[in-house]
Amino acid sequence: MCQVGEDYGGPALREPPTAPRPGREHKCVKCKEGVPVVVIRAGDAFCRDCFKTFYVHKFRAMLGKNRLIFPGEKVLLAWSGGPSSSSMVWQVLEGLSQDSARRLRFMPGILYVDEGVACGQSPEDRAETLTDMRRVLQSTGFPWHLVPLEEVFSLPPSVLRCSAQGLVGPEGAYKTAVDSFLQQQHALAAEGAQDSPRLALGEEQLCQLPWDPLDSQSPVGPPAAAQTEALTRLFGSVKTLTAKEELLQTLRTHLILHVARTHGYSKVMTGDSCTRLAIKLMTNLALGRGAFLAWDTGFSDERHGDVVVVRPMRDHTLKEVAFYNHLFAVPSVFTPAIDTKAPEKASIHRLMEAFILRLQAQFPSTVSTVYRTSEKLVKAPRDGPAASSPTPRCLLCMCTLDIDTADSATAFGAQTSHLSQMQPPTPLAEAGTSPEPCCAPGVARAQDCCRGACEREDPGAHVVEQLCYGCRVNMKDLGPGPAGDPGVSDRGQ
Amino acid sequence: MAAPLSVKVEFRGGVELLFDGVKKHQVTLPGQEEPWDIRNLLVWIKNNLLQERTELFIQGDTVRPGILVLINDADWELLGELDYQLQDQDRILFISTLHGG
Repeated sequence: MCQVGEDYGGPALREPPTAPRPGREHKCVKCKEGVPVVVIRAGDAFCRDCFKTFYVHKFRAMLGKNRLIFPGEKVLLAWSGGPSSSSMVWQVLEGLSQDSARRLRFMPGILYVDEGVACGQSPEDRAETLTDMRRVLQSTGFPWHLVPLEEVFSLPPSVLRCSAQGLVGPEGAYKTAVDSFLQQQHALAAEGAQDSPRLALGEEQLCQLPWDPLDSQSPVGPPAAAQTEALTRLFGSVKTLTAKEELLQTLRTHLILHVARTHGYSKVMTGDSCTRLAIKLMTNLALGRGAFLAWDTGFSDERHGDVVVVRPMRDHTLKEVAFYNHLFAVPSVFTPAIDTKAPEKASIHRLMEAFILRLQAQFPSTVSTVYRTSEKLVKAPRDGPAASSPTPRCLLCMCTLDIDTADSATAFGAQTSHLSQMQPPTPLAEAGTSPEPCCAPGVARAQDCCRGACEREDPGAHVVEQLCYGCRVNMKDLGPGPAGDPGVSDRGQ
Repeated sequence: MAAPLSVKVEFRGGVELLFDGVKKHQVTLPGQEEPWDIRNLLVWIKNNLLQERTELFIQGDTVRPGILVLINDADWELLGELDYQLQDQDRILFISTLHGG
């Protein structure tokens, strides 16, 4: 490739040889008949119907091959109003109403988290957004929950504790569950057929579902002004957009999980698309979360124990989602986000998004290559199967701690000791502990026993000790301590 | 010599924020020497419709990566992308895929 004498003075950017572009005069690559409307991947032109089949099939295959969602299970759909999660909700809606052989068999509910406070929306705008959201939520017919982000202040400390290990049963459990479910349905259908032979099996099923769509939840009025103000202050005190985005994600995740636990949902579905997850993988590497990529970007995320997060849209690119939503009129509501109109270098997330998308424009297999790499990531337990005691978990992101707490020799150790010298947050100080660190700067690194004493004296350091590397780095960008997150301060004690 | 054209330009998925929130625009392109194609249309949009933050919509002579272009409900990749020659009453739709999840 590189040769002596090769001329680098030519055009700065060598364009890759462009693949022959499919034109309108070609036919759909699948059925060879229809007029193509969309180009998927690098040059496959699909007609409208084949695209729909392709899209729906990907969704069903993702759920089917992973075999994690059992028949009759309660699944919470995390809906943001955006295109990917709206598409996911639509797929579930259509999947539940299909003919019996191929129908989806779980029981969904939808959750919308109102994050207007983090984006600086005025109360009037928030109310207007909520009206739009409510309309879409009601039209789905599922039980729905509408929760403002301010609810994080009401979360119990148990939210930060990892519950008992999950429900991954033995290999045959899924097949057995499906078979017994089908037997039950046949039995019910046989009884029902005697009374009302004209009801299609599908309708019969829906009538017998034990949840009541009227059992939906919405706050009576806007959240308490004090909470809104506290949250605004919290987000305002964060120095970088990167840390703000991470903080928002953490709070949102905990809130979603809390709602799931309270209402008995054992699974949460999020609408992360292939493109988003590829960007997330690279972003998380840059954020110092390399140890947790498999959980952050894989199909299933069991770090919380009792509730498993699944990502059924992870095989769909943003382009496919946008086309599907347009061609088949999937309702979605646009709301400004925390990084709307932010310049490209405003945060690591934005930078990585621009990088990946620009690369994708020139090399159309970028996103799929990153995606395929992420599929190969294995969730290895840290200490191997021999570990008897549960490994410590990060307080904020619930992942197994990836740092050596006795580490004192590296620059990272220095960073941690610097954090322990920080003035601890006012609410924690009011709890009666002395704000004085017992060790002078520089000495703190040296001894473990010294660190133990520091922990007793300095609650700020105590919290930080229980965070993974990525969360510690984010914590540095937070204002004077996690003042707005009482769950953290309580748990940290 | 191109005759004046009337086309519908629509912005969705968040791009409309750059156009003062207005999603649908009925646009009359003036007659000019060269025929109207998407490339010229983008320049025209930049000069006449775009209210702010040009770099969030256009980069170089094409749209920013992440923004899809549909011409009469078909992917612009099938129609020649920037070189597609506009016809009267065409509907050009710009969808941003970058917003929301």
